[in-house]
Amino acid sequence: MKDLAVSDKTTAEGVVGAVPLPQTAATALGDRVFRGLTAVAALLVPAIILAIGLDLLLTSYPALATFGPRFLLSQEWNPVTQEFGAASSIYGTIMSTLVAMLIALPLSLAIALFLVELAPPRVSQVVGTMIELLAAIPSIIYGMWGLFVFAPLMATYVQPFLGKYLGFLPLFSGPPLGIGMLTAGLILAIMILPFMSAIARDVFALVPNVVKESAYGLGATTWEVTYKVTIPYGLVGLLGAMFLGLGRALGETMAVTFVIGNAKRISLSLFAPGNTIASTLANEFSEATEPLYVSSLVALGLVLYLVTFLVQVVAQWLLRRMYRAWSVGL
Amino acid sequence: MVKLWKTLGLTVVVLALTAAPVLAQQAIINGAGASFPYPLYSQWAHKYQQLTGVKINYQSIGSGGGIAQIKAKTVDFGGTDEPLTPEDLDKSGLIQFPTVMGGVVPIINVEGIKSGELKLDGITLAHIFLGIVNKWDDPAIKKLNPDLKLPSQAITVAHRTDGSGTTFIFTSYLAAVSPEWKNKVGVGKAVKWPAENSIGGKGNEGVAGQVKAVKGSIGYVEYAYALQNQIPYVKLQNRAGKFVAPSIDSFQAAAANADWTKAPKGFALSLIDQPGENSWPIVGATYIMMHVEQPDAKKGKEILKFFDWAFKHGGEMAKALHYVPMPEKVITMVENSWKEVKSGGKPLWP
Repeated sequence: MKDLAVSDKTTAEGVVGAVPLPQTAATALGDRVFRGLTAVAALLVPAIILAIGLDLLLTSYPALATFGPRFLLSQEWNPVTQEFGAASSIYGTIMSTLVAMLIALPLSLAIALFLVELAPPRVSQVVGTMIELLAAIPSIIYGMWGLFVFAPLMATYVQPFLGKYLGFLPLFSGPPLGIGMLTAGLILAIMILPFMSAIARDVFALVPNVVKESAYGLGATTWEVTYKVTIPYGLVGLLGAMFLGLGRALGETMAVTFVIGNAKRISLSLFAPGNTIASTLANEFSEATEPLYVSSLVALGLVLYLVTFLVQVVAQWLLRRMYRAWSVGL
Repeated sequence: MVKLWKTLGLTVVVLALTAAPVLAQQAIINGAGASFPYPLYSQWAHKYQQLTGVKINYQSIGSGGGIAQIKAKTVDFGGTDEPLTPEDLDKSGLIQFPTVMGGVVPIINVEGIKSGELKLDGITLAHIFLGIVNKWDDPAIKKLNPDLKLPSQAITVAHRTDGSGTTFIFTSYLAAVSPEWKNKVGVGKAVKWPAENSIGGKGNEGVAGQVKAVKGSIGYVEYAYALQNQIPYVKLQNRAGKFVAPSIDSFQAAAANADWTKAPKGFALSLIDQPGENSWPIVGATYIMMHVEQPDAKKGKEILKFFDWAFKHGGEMAKALHYVPMPEKVITMVENSWKEVKSGGKPLWP
């Protein structure tokens, strides 16, 4: 900040010292209009964010006033008795995202390292492009593929296998339905993988060769160079990639709706069906007529809005801190 | 350049002037609501436009949406499978009448069991959806199907996640045959599904998809969806104690029993669990709602004319799509109720 202020001053002085350009009234007006227009364009975004937040708060007020903190803690979701609680949706959102991150994070790092460090350039190019193509597939396609192809595979092979060897853990108990939390997490992982690996690849590619070569010069193995030089060097960028994936996984709707099973229940097992905030909204919003029902759905939206907002704030804060601590090298 | 703009402007004006009367002649009527009768309404509308030039738009947005839209007066008529109560109709200034009837069918995905092989009674079906009967080789199912080889597999219940008239009809049946369902769950377009292993899909096609994908599952859909997707259905025991298969005949048998003269205002009549040897137990009607006071006399009249035509000439089309047309007597009653519809104090029908 200090640096910025100093540089500001010098430019100001620079302008004073320079010969002023001949200005006509028209260009002065043009400048002002242009400045106004750009300012409006830029301010529109925070204004919209604020307006959405306010509107969510206003519309969800009846539900929040009726249920109070119970709305967040109860897993009862019963349109017949008009009793609504968000706990199962919040749990499902966090759990499916967690599963996705646990799978996608190491996988995307491995992909990026292979493409940058180990693969021959030709292979790296072809494989890299194909991974980016994954990002271009619409989420509804993932959903349909997930339901009709992936879920039966999970039910016949993956889940019985996991149940046989890890069934003593509550996480992998229960009948193999194919659809459920685990399948949703896996589909989400595939969906966020291209974003995370593309950024991770760029980050690794930015690490100067000199740095790596000096490590090799000291007798380090490829693993040691990766673990002790490349990853710490690009840590800030990697965190950015992670938060991008996280944000996407939290709000993903269509694909999750297809494969998560849409049951309003918290269950420890990853095989069991669940629901997320986004999937509940997609399923129920258009058909809800009772005012309290609609209000409760909007309140769910508010929770998602706040969660993603919080994730972004934490991400920005972490990135700034890390940047200060690590940027010496960059 | 200026000249070009002028010519262009002139052309637009001329076009607008000539096109306006053409557009005005072709009346457009907008309706929205239940998805259950959508395939039929869109066919009726298509045929009717060919015959009369009147365009009827029906958007399949669901019963809940249909009720909300007609109350907000954003559409000319609304469709719903869950009839409004007489009080609600009076309060909102609406009339309501049934157009066709149809059946809801339990569908299954159990290895080795074909369409119509599995037999269930109402109480067992309710217990399956309550999660009390949770294995396919449960004694309750075995007792009804002594000849079938039932696997020792967990039952997964598939249901609608969106508010739906199909769910309303299905839960009405479960509540009618099982006091436990009535007390624990109740009846509605959306309910809290109590079974431990339950999954949800959006729309009839969503439930059909889930049942197809998950082995050992049971769900419920409108009859046409079970046929289209070739998913095995279940035979149900009706009130007379007979096991019947879903078909247009068994729906009609159930509908024939209904005493519409006893129906309250708005024709909200339950067709669930009707007597008769051949009656299918889960049958429901779908309804149209419109405002008693029509702001546009011509439009109001056109809506009534369309449904009059549909009642008189649309029966065959309905049967082809596996809906049951309304009986002659009921049509007369419905058309009598149309005398209430007015515009500026003048009745629009007949």
